[in-house]
Amino acid sequence: MRAIKKVLGGDLKQYAMIVVLCSLIIIFNIASGGKMVTPSNFQNLLSGNAYVLILAIGMLMVIVVGHIDLAVGSVAGFVGMIVAISARDFNLPWGAAVLIGLAAGVIIGAWQGFFLAKLGIPGFITTLGGMMIFRGAVIWISKSISVPAPPELKFFGAGYLPEWGPAWTGLNNSTLLLGIIAFAAFIWMEGNGSRRKAKLTGQRGEVWPSAIKIMLIGAVIGYATYLFGSGRPGTSFPVPGLILVILIIVYHTITERTPFGRHIYAVGGNKGAAALSGVNVKKVYFLTMLNMSLLAALAGIMFIGRSTAAGPSDGTSWEMDAISAVFIGGAAVSGGIGTVRATMIGGLVMAVLNNGLMLLGVGADRTQVIKGLVLLAAVAFDVYNKTQGKSSIISRLFQKKETAAETK
Amino acid sequence: MEADYILQMRNITKTFNGIKALDDVCLDVKRGDIHSICGENGAGKSTLMKVLSGVYPHGSYEGKIIYQGKEAVFKDIKESENAGIVIIHQELTMIPELSVTENIFMGNEVVKNCLIDWEAQRHRVTELLVSMGLNVSPDTQIKHLGVGQQQLVEIAKALSKNVKLLILDEPTSALNEEDSANLLRLIKGLKERGITGIMISHKLNEIAAISDAVTVIRDGRVIETYPVVAGQVDEDRIIRSMVGRSIENRYPEHVSNPKEVMFEVQNWRVEDPRIPGRLICKDVSFNVRAGEVVGFAGLMGAGRTELMRSLFGKNYGIYQSGAISIKGEKVKLNSVEAAIRAGLAYVSEDRKNLGLNLLDSIAKTTVSANLRAVLRNGLIDPALEYKVAEEYRKALGTKAASVDAGVSTLSGGNQQKVVLAKWLFPEPDVLILDEPTRGIDVGAKFEIYSLIHKFADQGKAVLLVSSELPELLGMSDRIYALFEGAITGMLSRGEYTQELLMRLMTSTSKAEGGEKK
Repeated sequence: MRAIKKVLGGDLKQYAMIVVLCSLIIIFNIASGGKMVTPSNFQNLLSGNAYVLILAIGMLMVIVVGHIDLAVGSVAGFVGMIVAISARDFNLPWGAAVLIGLAAGVIIGAWQGFFLAKLGIPGFITTLGGMMIFRGAVIWISKSISVPAPPELKFFGAGYLPEWGPAWTGLNNSTLLLGIIAFAAFIWMEGNGSRRKAKLTGQRGEVWPSAIKIMLIGAVIGYATYLFGSGRPGTSFPVPGLILVILIIVYHTITERTPFGRHIYAVGGNKGAAALSGVNVKKVYFLTMLNMSLLAALAGIMFIGRSTAAGPSDGTSWEMDAISAVFIGGAAVSGGIGTVRATMIGGLVMAVLNNGLMLLGVGADRTQVIKGLVLLAAVAFDVYNKTQGKSSIISRLFQKKETAAETK
Repeated sequence: MEADYILQMRNITKTFNGIKALDDVCLDVKRGDIHSICGENGAGKSTLMKVLSGVYPHGSYEGKIIYQGKEAVFKDIKESENAGIVIIHQELTMIPELSVTENIFMGNEVVKNCLIDWEAQRHRVTELLVSMGLNVSPDTQIKHLGVGQQQLVEIAKALSKNVKLLILDEPTSALNEEDSANLLRLIKGLKERGITGIMISHKLNEIAAISDAVTVIRDGRVIETYPVVAGQVDEDRIIRSMVGRSIENRYPEHVSNPKEVMFEVQNWRVEDPRIPGRLICKDVSFNVRAGEVVGFAGLMGAGRTELMRSLFGKNYGIYQSGAISIKGEKVKLNSVEAAIRAGLAYVSEDRKNLGLNLLDSIAKTTVSANLRAVLRNGLIDPALEYKVAEEYRKALGTKAASVDAGVSTLSGGNQQKVVLAKWLFPEPDVLILDEPTRGIDVGAKFEIYSLIHKFADQGKAVLLVSSELPELLGMSDRIYALFEGAITGMLSRGEYTQELLMRLMTSTSKAEGGEKK
């Protein structure tokens, strides 16, 4: 046990969801007779869920700061429609249309952020309004009719990386290159982190936990590379997946390693204390909402690329999928707790459930029921851990009151 | 013999995850007595009371509780309340938006024909309030009452339930001197109604004033119990039992060496954010020298915290006029961030609500007011953060397994040290300490005092706000007294006494001996 702890570092609870995810994949694979773990299914799984996972990244930050954004689905749909219309009706090149779409996302985010930060209206209300406004706006500007998307967007919504180089690798070489870069980057970061710590604190950690960790991650990356790279010719690690991975890295860094990220957690954990530590609470609220709508715009654009057209009901109830992913990932309703990594795992659990149940021929009705139960079970498990006296991510929220009474 | 005692707790042992919070505790309380329990934070006082009141149900602990001559087996707090045991927590548990009547009968409503009988309730509440000498309307919303009055309403609530054994958990910790005296008088008055009281308290003078017996608990064990005769307690003996060592001097010896004026405030005028037109700072002027500890005395509502927070980047109130100079230069501090950059640091009186994010680790808290200093290539450097936190942990003597531990796992004193570390890391010139020892046990207080002296010796200007007069007298080189938002006088070391200060804190007249500035 202690050895495992050394490899994974500190908090083992965060790995519980990874275990759940892996078990789900294995169970579905067996139940479906091996249809789950195939290159094409995984490529689809990733490119078909990338937009929800991107929303979940922004949602995580909104929830950590202590609010919620119900408008993301409407905003995504609205922006998708704007891009499609500006390309079709105004003959704009696709790049310009995309820039307009992203700018619309920023403006919408500023609008939501204004109501939350300047007027102090809770995010729930602000975005409930936004949800109606932008859903209505999509239907209005599209006159309830689908609009074809610029075909170039397909590359971002469902495209694959190019094929090149020698064929003897047996894999898609772009995917192979990605895998090698990922592994090298991981080794570099792991080494760099421990070297720096040793330099500053004089504490030299043992080598073997790092070695095992690198071997484990290497195996995972290697297998993923093989899985995604060995599909039928012309397929690779999907482009939307690559966009997602880049965003995960960027936002993981923002939330964990930048002052702005710390401020989000500080405001969500204790607004008053954050304000007294020099954090501009309003600015944090504003930027978090702005960022959410920008990501929603991106998700909307990727989605119309994938579905080749922008429809008036695009994005309906996406906010619920994003919010579920965040909470399955262990975030706290009252803010201050949650990570990008865990949210991604939460989102993948939902995605694998959708996909696996579909492979088994379970209808959308029952899939919905099962997803609801899984959300409840995941949160209940977290709360249960707390009553057992172990500290888990969500439980620390509930313990707050008790410890306050206890320490006196 | 048996009838003499209303309560006998026998060999109570309670363990949490294998750690004994209570170890073979015996407590005997005589009927009609006021029995005080004191001990350091984490000694097990609250746990003992939770065992007694059924918060920890029968069976979750070992030992026996004999209450009113019978063994008590309370499954929850409702059962103990039915038996006449009522506990009043230090955190008030009333609902601010509801009226006094509604709160008193919360969960206990008088019902007639399935509906609440408001007339009967109001009538009973009026009777109760009159009998307690509390002059408030039963229809007043709780949020309009001061903390002292709220506490009294809590007691009225207990009385409405025919309480026989009233447990008060640090009842005066949030009260000013006047309200405290009021409350203590009332608790004493309850004896005549045949009510037995158990009071948990840190304040030795209160224990001496009203209790009949005192029990000292340390590390989950009863150290000793002895009667209080004629309002006298042996303070040294209690302190010795509490901390297991004798504290010869509650305030460390210190000779300060004030230099040039570091921090100066002139005609500071701030309006109340809630009541337009009302001033919470009335032309306040004062100065603090480098290397000096300057105390700020005032009763609750005098505006000490409000003053400090308005100085700290206008964090509270509506600024009207006034100027701040640091090292002789006028500065404009329009945000907390600007204040921190100008060299100010403010340690809040309300550690849990305004000082800490209880979800954070020690390391993250330590650097949180000065993230810029742990950046490397624009990103927070976890290794540097760890190193800084470790340095401050060692320097301040914070007791924790590691700096990765959550601050919520620490005791009050150690939490306060983490807050101090957080405010020392920006290397401030002016350190504002608002009630730095609130809710901290005697031993940790002494350490905090020594640290304050150390900060002064490093050339910082220290502003010390405290409700405890002995603390101000023991620590300050000079003391400013505030009354209703205005400075009513300044006393230097040697000229101040508790009586003189109290006179300044209660009247606007510039009392003799207190030349202004």
